[in-house]
Amino acid sequence: MVGSYKPELIVNGKRLDGRMPADLRNITIEVGVVKNAVGSAYIEWGNNKIIAGVYGPKEALPKHVQDPERAIIKCRYAMSPFSSLEEHGRTGPNRRSVEISKVTKEVFENVVLLDRFPGAEIDIFIDVLQADGGTRAAGITAAAVALAASGIPMKDVPFAASVGKVGDTLILDLNKVEDNYSDADMPVAISPRTGDILLLQMDGNLTKEEVKTGIGMIQKAGEHISRLQREALKAPYERILEKYKK
Amino acid sequence: MQIRAVTEDYIKDLLTNGIREDGRDPAEYRKIVIKPGVIPNAEGSAQVTIGNTKVLVGVKIGIGSPMHDKPEDGNIITSAELLPVASPHYETGPPSPEAIELARVIDRGIRAANMVDTKSLFIEAEKVWEVYTDIYVINYDGNLFDAGTLAAVTALSTARMPKYESEKVIREGNLEKFKVNNLVTSCTFAKISGSILLDPDGNEESCMDGRLTITNDQNAVRAMQKGLLGAFSAKELENLMDITFDKSKEFRRLVNEAAGK
Repeated sequence: MVGSYKPELIVNGKRLDGRMPADLRNITIEVGVVKNAVGSAYIEWGNNKIIAGVYGPKEALPKHVQDPERAIIKCRYAMSPFSSLEEHGRTGPNRRSVEISKVTKEVFENVVLLDRFPGAEIDIFIDVLQADGGTRAAGITAAAVALAASGIPMKDVPFAASVGKVGDTLILDLNKVEDNYSDADMPVAISPRTGDILLLQMDGNLTKEEVKTGIGMIQKAGEHISRLQREALKAPYERILEKYKK
Repeated sequence: MQIRAVTEDYIKDLLTNGIREDGRDPAEYRKIVIKPGVIPNAEGSAQVTIGNTKVLVGVKIGIGSPMHDKPEDGNIITSAELLPVASPHYETGPPSPEAIELARVIDRGIRAANMVDTKSLFIEAEKVWEVYTDIYVINYDGNLFDAGTLAAVTALSTARMPKYESEKVIREGNLEKFKVNNLVTSCTFAKISGSILLDPDGNEESCMDGRLTITNDQNAVRAMQKGLLGAFSAKELENLMDITFDKSKEFRRLVNEAAGK
């Protein structure tokens, strides 16, 4: 929370950026942006700009981290020092980014077929180039596309989004200003095929009913996000098809 | 590292016949694209691609205290991060010697050419502007020095200058442009078993014996850095400076175009 000044986040039923409470920001996803990576994706989610890249499977190092039964996932979420409109940030991991890296890793441990690659590691890098609230959800959504593009076998392509609250109104997909002043923030990652909740965090103040409604809003938004993920994954192949049709 | 040995043999084999892997002339660049303003939250930014090399620079300007030996000068802080996503050979952790060298060489060019007048960054006693230039390597395929310099110079040339009013930094609204006085660019050469190649790509860099970066403005050489083991003769250096001055005209045109000048 920033100071005691609190802007009106909802005026005449509309949010500061003109969205209705259950509207997502604009999302575009592009695969193959990092040529060296096995799979990569660039997502623009509102004013968030994030790159996700995947390397591996490769021998897990140092050796003592190897699991003889299955692959391990390493995940690094990091924000660039120039990502925010405020002060220059500090590079390197901080407590927040370490926690986000951990919960993100745990999302993908649920869907990647780890037992196919005993002793291996799969690296997921999420670099936030510009941040405007909801970077962990956008990062997970992008990393899921990068993983799928890498060809590493997965049970599903998860997506994530967040819900917050202004007064009594639940709002989907908080931007930075909303995040700063919202009465709650609940990022959720979901496996769309099973509906399993793979990430759930919350802070603030929500009733039981509101949690239920909020998850419903995220599920609903997921239909749209999942479609964008699939379209992004198909796009390079469709471009090739298009080329040979002519 | 069997694969590396094969690549090295292949590159060197081709070079004995005067051929580069991608068919370029020895003094030919890959395609260069400069995109300014890609990170609107930063005061200045630019993405530069040279072939498959992709570098992003963000400039943030904030308030800090001056160095003790220069109490009336603002600070310029240049750093480089070789993101682990950019190459299978990059690792997480503190900056590697390669990243530090990259940042320092780019920083030297910018400083030596007085691109930024540090005296103009003075606000009041113990309070000066700090200009952070962060070089983010997103995909590595050789020649980070030239890509980094182009991106840094473009980001600085297109940056906006925050205002300092009643103890507060104002970063939005009607702001003046950040003032730059000069423009530097660089040319990097690789020496591979006797051949000298401009703009080495990742495979060429993996087997180069020596590397030379020459940074210049319109009139003078402003910085140089030789890297790795290989040596260059005085005659070669002379020749490479000629190439650098020639190529830099096109670079200045590209930067000015990106900066809308």
